[in-house]
Amino acid sequence: MNNKELQITACNVRKGIVEAVHSAKSGHPGGSLSAADMYTYLYFEEMNIDPKNPKDPSRDRFVLSKGHTAPGLYSALANRGYFPVEDLKTLRHLGSHLQGHPCMNETPGVDMSSGSLGQGVSVAVGMALAAKLSGDSYRVYTLTGDGEIQEGQIWEAFMFAGAKGIDNLTVVIDNNGLQIDGKVEDVCSVYPIDKKLEAFNFNVVCIDGHDFDQIRDAFAQAKACKGKPTAIIMKTTKGKGVSYMENQAGWHGKAPSDEEYEQAIKELDEQLAKINEAEV
Amino acid sequence: MGDVKKIATRESYGNALVELGKKNPNVLVLDADLAGATKTSTFKKEFPDRHIDCGIAEANMTGIAAGLSTCGKIPFISSFAMFAAGRNFEQVRNSIGYPHLNVKIGATHAGITVGEDGASHQCLEDVALMRTIPGMTVIVPSDDIEAKAAVMAAAETEGPFYMRFGRAAVPVINDNADYKFEVGKAVVLKDGTDIVIFANGVCVSEALGAADMLAADGINAAVVNVHTVKPIDKATVVEFAKKTGRVFTCEEHSVIGGLGSAVCEVLSDEYPVKVTRIGVYDRFGKSGPASALMHEFELDAEGIYKQIKASL
Repeated sequence: MNNKELQITACNVRKGIVEAVHSAKSGHPGGSLSAADMYTYLYFEEMNIDPKNPKDPSRDRFVLSKGHTAPGLYSALANRGYFPVEDLKTLRHLGSHLQGHPCMNETPGVDMSSGSLGQGVSVAVGMALAAKLSGDSYRVYTLTGDGEIQEGQIWEAFMFAGAKGIDNLTVVIDNNGLQIDGKVEDVCSVYPIDKKLEAFNFNVVCIDGHDFDQIRDAFAQAKACKGKPTAIIMKTTKGKGVSYMENQAGWHGKAPSDEEYEQAIKELDEQLAKINEAEV
Repeated sequence: MGDVKKIATRESYGNALVELGKKNPNVLVLDADLAGATKTSTFKKEFPDRHIDCGIAEANMTGIAAGLSTCGKIPFISSFAMFAAGRNFEQVRNSIGYPHLNVKIGATHAGITVGEDGASHQCLEDVALMRTIPGMTVIVPSDDIEAKAAVMAAAETEGPFYMRFGRAAVPVINDNADYKFEVGKAVVLKDGTDIVIFANGVCVSEALGAADMLAADGINAAVVNVHTVKPIDKATVVEFAKKTGRVFTCEEHSVIGGLGSAVCEVLSDEYPVKVTRIGVYDRFGKSGPASALMHEFELDAEGIYKQIKASL
């Protein structure tokens, strides 16, 4: 996909997030929207996957460590064709395959159940290690939040991945700067993230997480890097794409009202029209 | 039982893993810097490429095992029960139990027979914790033969397993031609009509000793080895409750949440009858030699005999 196609897709992924969370009357739009471009790039460009064969043993894997942003993952999967986009409206409803947090035994395309923060990177390390042990060539991706890396287990996993040089692993850190109680640096600063990860023997790439050129380049660097895992630290805007949600910690885990929903969809439709009009 | 052969079930665990490793190339063993103590060092020696030392980081080890299992590996994660089940409860619950992954937990150094290390390392709550996780199979083997059989069965059965092994050497009691291990099937070691003792782990051989002492007093006690606490063998539990009308349970674990509780749950549903739970009574362990502790906590044959006599 070229950047314009990716931007259009990301906009549709954002619309799916807003629809899902509005329909659920709960959920986490802020961190889903900040990572929407990343979800889009992973599922439409980067990963070797087949929506018709979601359990293909040779596929690339993705572990959503910040599992509360499931609406972002679900919307990307639906838009990619793993299940109907209409299903997004069943998010968190009784009987839906779209649980509040990802469940690998319910949703096609979900490679690991998650939701309890801090556990996903370890699981991704295990998957990457399995590929190494079997001589398989698949790659493993995981997405964590910047608040999430306050969890100690994350650093156990980073230490292991760095120490063992697991280079088929790419950790993406969504640095939107906000967590439930406020700014990450005020709650309990995690900075400097890049220096810490370098010290843990990671290849560190810092990018703007809403710029597809930079995202593309970061993954190329990750693939080229041998002997070290890669961490992509992406600066993002929490709530990106919906004006009243942007950079507001209060939109971490709250659903829009009917009026707010209408406004969000209107804004995203306007962004879509603008992208469509632009030159490739 | 003076000349009975004694082996610690952690040794059995290590030996069984080597056997398993030869049969199945997908079997991996993970440790958190305790390979020497958990006896998985025997596996490491034989299969260095399939042994992964995660360092002192049990939570990460558990997650790595979860990831490995989604890719077709059969990881056995090893640590002391205190850490494998205690420190790790939430990782086991959410990263292994909820997705129902094929991870096997080999927890050694369970209970007071850890001995001199004392209460911080004597896990008396692990069976209670693991038993509450949906889909988790929980096995507490009584001796070397049963421990090895449990490891083999775990590898052949899809889904998460928690296996509880001990540090101290225990008598080999199942070395007979009729012995057959089946997950979820209790083993009747001694039939009886007056009372039944449901026991597991190190308490099985002690319960047999207690039954001998009771026999001298004219009490005919049945001894049933309930090695699988979950799924528990309801039919056998109910059968012996009906047959004897008086039930005792015996375990090297807190009386809260372990085998005693599991038996009470079955019987309160299906055949209410008086049950006395023998175990560790809502207290921590302490330092001392394993055998002295078993005596102090009245979990040796003499202690079990005394407790049964006192409540009859």
